[in-house]
Amino acid sequence: MIRPDVIIIGAGHNGLVCAAYLARAGMGVLVLESGESTGGMAAPRVLNDDYHFPGLAHVTYPISPTIRKDLKLDQFGYVVGKTIDTIALGANGQHLTISTDAISGNRLRKADIEAYPEFRKQYLAFAKSLSPLFNNKPPRLKNMGFRDTATLARLGWNVRMGLGRDTMYEFLRVAAINIYDVLNETFDNEQLQGALALDAVMGSAMGPRTPGTVLTWLQRLFGELNGAASVHSGEQLVNALTQSAENAGTVIRCNTRVSKILIEDSKAFGVELDDGELIKAKLVVSNADPRTTFSSLIGAPQLDTMFANRVAQIRGSGVVGKLHLALSDLPEFTGIDPSELTNRLLVAPSMRYIEHAFNPSKYGECPDDPILEITLPSTHNSALAPEGHHLMSVNVAFLPYDLNGGWAEQKKTIAYKVISQLERYSPGLKSLIVDHEFLTPRDIEREFDATGGHWHHGELSIHQSFMMRPTYGAAQYDTPIDKLFLCGAGSHPGGGLTGLPGRNAAKRILELGGAK
Amino acid sequence: MTNGNYDAIVIGAGHNGLTNAAFLAKAGLRVLVVEKNEYVGGATVSRELHKGWKYSNCSYVCSLFRPEIYNALDLGRHGLKVIPLVSSMTFKQDGDYFGSYQDPNIRRRELMRHNQRDADAVVRFDADVLRWCKLIRGFLLRTPPDPGSLRPRDAFEFAHLLKKFYELSEDQIYEFIRFFTMSIAEYLENYFENETILAHYSGGSIIGTGLGVYSPGTAYVLLHHAMGDVDGNVGAWGFARGGMGAVSGALASSFQSHGGEIRTDAEVAQILVAGNKVNGVRLASGEEIPAKTVVSNLDAKRTFTKVMDANDIPPALLKRARNFKIRGSSGKLNIALDGMPTFPALPKDSPLTLGHMHFTDTLSRLERAYDDWKDDRWSADPYCDTLIPSQYDPTLAPPGKHMMTVFVQYCPVEPEGGWTDDKRDAFGQTVIDQIADYSPDFKDLLLHAEIRTPRELEHDVGLTEGNIFQGELTFDQLMFNRPFPGYAQYRGPVKGMYMCGSSTHPGGGVMGAPGANSAREILRDLRKPDTTPEEFSDD
Repeated sequence: MIRPDVIIIGAGHNGLVCAAYLARAGMGVLVLESGESTGGMAAPRVLNDDYHFPGLAHVTYPISPTIRKDLKLDQFGYVVGKTIDTIALGANGQHLTISTDAISGNRLRKADIEAYPEFRKQYLAFAKSLSPLFNNKPPRLKNMGFRDTATLARLGWNVRMGLGRDTMYEFLRVAAINIYDVLNETFDNEQLQGALALDAVMGSAMGPRTPGTVLTWLQRLFGELNGAASVHSGEQLVNALTQSAENAGTVIRCNTRVSKILIEDSKAFGVELDDGELIKAKLVVSNADPRTTFSSLIGAPQLDTMFANRVAQIRGSGVVGKLHLALSDLPEFTGIDPSELTNRLLVAPSMRYIEHAFNPSKYGECPDDPILEITLPSTHNSALAPEGHHLMSVNVAFLPYDLNGGWAEQKKTIAYKVISQLERYSPGLKSLIVDHEFLTPRDIEREFDATGGHWHHGELSIHQSFMMRPTYGAAQYDTPIDKLFLCGAGSHPGGGLTGLPGRNAAKRILELGGAK
Repeated sequence: MTNGNYDAIVIGAGHNGLTNAAFLAKAGLRVLVVEKNEYVGGATVSRELHKGWKYSNCSYVCSLFRPEIYNALDLGRHGLKVIPLVSSMTFKQDGDYFGSYQDPNIRRRELMRHNQRDADAVVRFDADVLRWCKLIRGFLLRTPPDPGSLRPRDAFEFAHLLKKFYELSEDQIYEFIRFFTMSIAEYLENYFENETILAHYSGGSIIGTGLGVYSPGTAYVLLHHAMGDVDGNVGAWGFARGGMGAVSGALASSFQSHGGEIRTDAEVAQILVAGNKVNGVRLASGEEIPAKTVVSNLDAKRTFTKVMDANDIPPALLKRARNFKIRGSSGKLNIALDGMPTFPALPKDSPLTLGHMHFTDTLSRLERAYDDWKDDRWSADPYCDTLIPSQYDPTLAPPGKHMMTVFVQYCPVEPEGGWTDDKRDAFGQTVIDQIADYSPDFKDLLLHAEIRTPRELEHDVGLTEGNIFQGELTFDQLMFNRPFPGYAQYRGPVKGMYMCGSSTHPGGGVMGAPGANSAREILRDLRKPDTTPEEFSDD
């Protein structure tokens, strides 16, 4: 490819989705990736040559059926992973098992068991009613185009007529509030509340009491509309997307770092690599997070001051760390049958516990007892680790991006603390550890080139969602810089392995005339 | 005594109940207000709890009282005089202070003393807040539309709201949504850098709420503080001469001048319903008073779970009422002082003692105060809004003596193990110690302190869980969701039953708007002339 039509910066899953769509529409697409392989945060991480960890995305939902079909992902080896349950760990082996339509555990009350399926059904219906919003570019609220009006009309219809009057009332009541009050109204069991609240806050700098956590949960449930959660299908997805994109003619260059987006007369015309090479193109699409895109790759002098100010104010400091443990054997968990270790295990025994884990992070401190989301990917695929060995992948929250005293000094102590915490549920774990890796939010920032080290490239708070994501002026994927587009998780509808920002961006680019 | 011939009965003589009753009486209805206490006012009172001193022992400033209502009910003639409040300030831990003066030039100089860029940013900040203020003010004296209704009236009201929105530019629309959904700390960080300035302007947004300065949804509360003073609208933000009892006193007087009757010591036990219609009330004494219209000034939870029979209301509504969020989060100290306390950080005779004084100078101190409340503790380092109104209202304390009012955020509904008098006093001591850190002679001057926690507010005033707004002001309980979806138009579940308290739109604060809006709906249903004022307009 001598001169591509489009350069996409970053081969994360959204960059790949966008590339595959544009290539299929006949455009010459060049993807530039700074890492060694494609996939970004969903790419596997290999420890000690032998242990293949799932990267940051260790629990995923199936990608949207539309993308799967449009990009022929099945043809390229995409398989929906095996459905897993969630086990909410309690003290002394008193665990709860939570599946998509039922809960069990010996201390649950009948009222909670009965309320659960109804509750799930209702919130899945809420999430579904938002589909027109998630599946399209966010509508502008003034100077609307036809598509904007159509999106809003369909959204309004779904909420009013689709849900029905009483359900709509309930939706309007809860949409902007916190998960804490909702779960308190519905359930008694603290352990159940904690496990459900974890899904609303994991990945965000929010506690269960933070208003807006119903919405973050709905965003997650939206992914679940495509199917239940599974462990470690991120890598498969990335491989399928890479092949689909390449099959359509996309060229992907790894180990290629973009240092600058070239702009003349407020119009993007290519990129400069860190070795000085210039590559010109008719369009530039950034899968990087908005702060990296606008502040590092472009720079404030090229931008309107009010816009640059808004970009600088984007809130997106990650609060989740990732611990990878290479183990010499399958660990034992008190009260759990080894066959159950294929599931997702949570340490979040109550909402108060989560709130206590969140509080210190506001002040640059680490919690004494973080919340944990644990998977053992090797129980699904033994090839990920040497014979008989296993992998444990743990999300740890809430860890402050700006730790008082700095991460360098304390990283080891905190990793050790998390391991000791795990040991409480899995006695003997320490003696199985062969090797480990601990990624703090700072490490995630560096390793994945995401300013702030945030999973979603920016907090999924209401004021940074929809037509305000990442900020107004760039919320419809086009930006104040002509011929420059965004396609990453920092754009609507945000993070998770949905592929929707990439798809919506591609649609927007084609709507605006592609590379003409 | 009761002649048994009333058109309407209003339950509760709080400021909204009296406002509501006054507008109904003005329209020619025969109205009776029944009040459980031996005095009127609810949470808008002046009480002599220490001989010679008058305490506004619940609400303490006339921050939001709608001037349209003041005029429509002729409250000036009925004795209400509001003294404008001119300043606010925050003491810093390092011995310095930040003062926010009314005079824009002096305020700018003071901002410059702390941060040059913040002094520049304040111009943009003021302009933005003023814009939102003008927009929101137009919604206060209007009934929220019902999103579940297909009636033309609701459609028109939605169209009106949309039209108002469309007067904004596209960017302003997004900014407005951001303003409504952001936390106060993050919103202010868009403008200011200095830690003390951020803390100073954040504090007001957490008053009375179960939220922290970093909780989304706190930014818009700024308006409550800006609505009165931005356009020199004197009377909207200040002290009532004679304490807050002067507000309820003037309202009662206005009401009575239109022929209204008030009965105190008359607690209502039940709202009587027959055949899905209101039939009157039964007092705790057993006496029944008939009326075809009954208006509840009580909070929504109390109204539907205590004074209405569960059989008279739909089960879904009862469930909503039980789940109504009404957690109290504030305490109050009313203090009699033997003289004017000194504050060594301030220059001698500084005018800053005339306004609000605060002692919390960083956002993290404010947020940590909130963390304590989440765990059902009172804040170890609370946010205190402190005023000494006796400096310009001589009716509040004997000559040479002073009265101090301290509003305290946060105080739990119930600490672990429940409230005891000892715990209440320990809470009070926390506050006294904080003030004494900045005023060495304060403790020596202290003659009497009334300490009020949510327990006292619930017990004395009847506010469920001691919530000063009759229900938390979070998105699930605002606008057309206040108090409940489908019931935001002031009408209850049975014919003739209405709500007029702060549990209804636009919520708490001594504003009078819920009372007036409710009166407008009642008069509309009864086909009587509308006596309530038009929406605010000053430009």
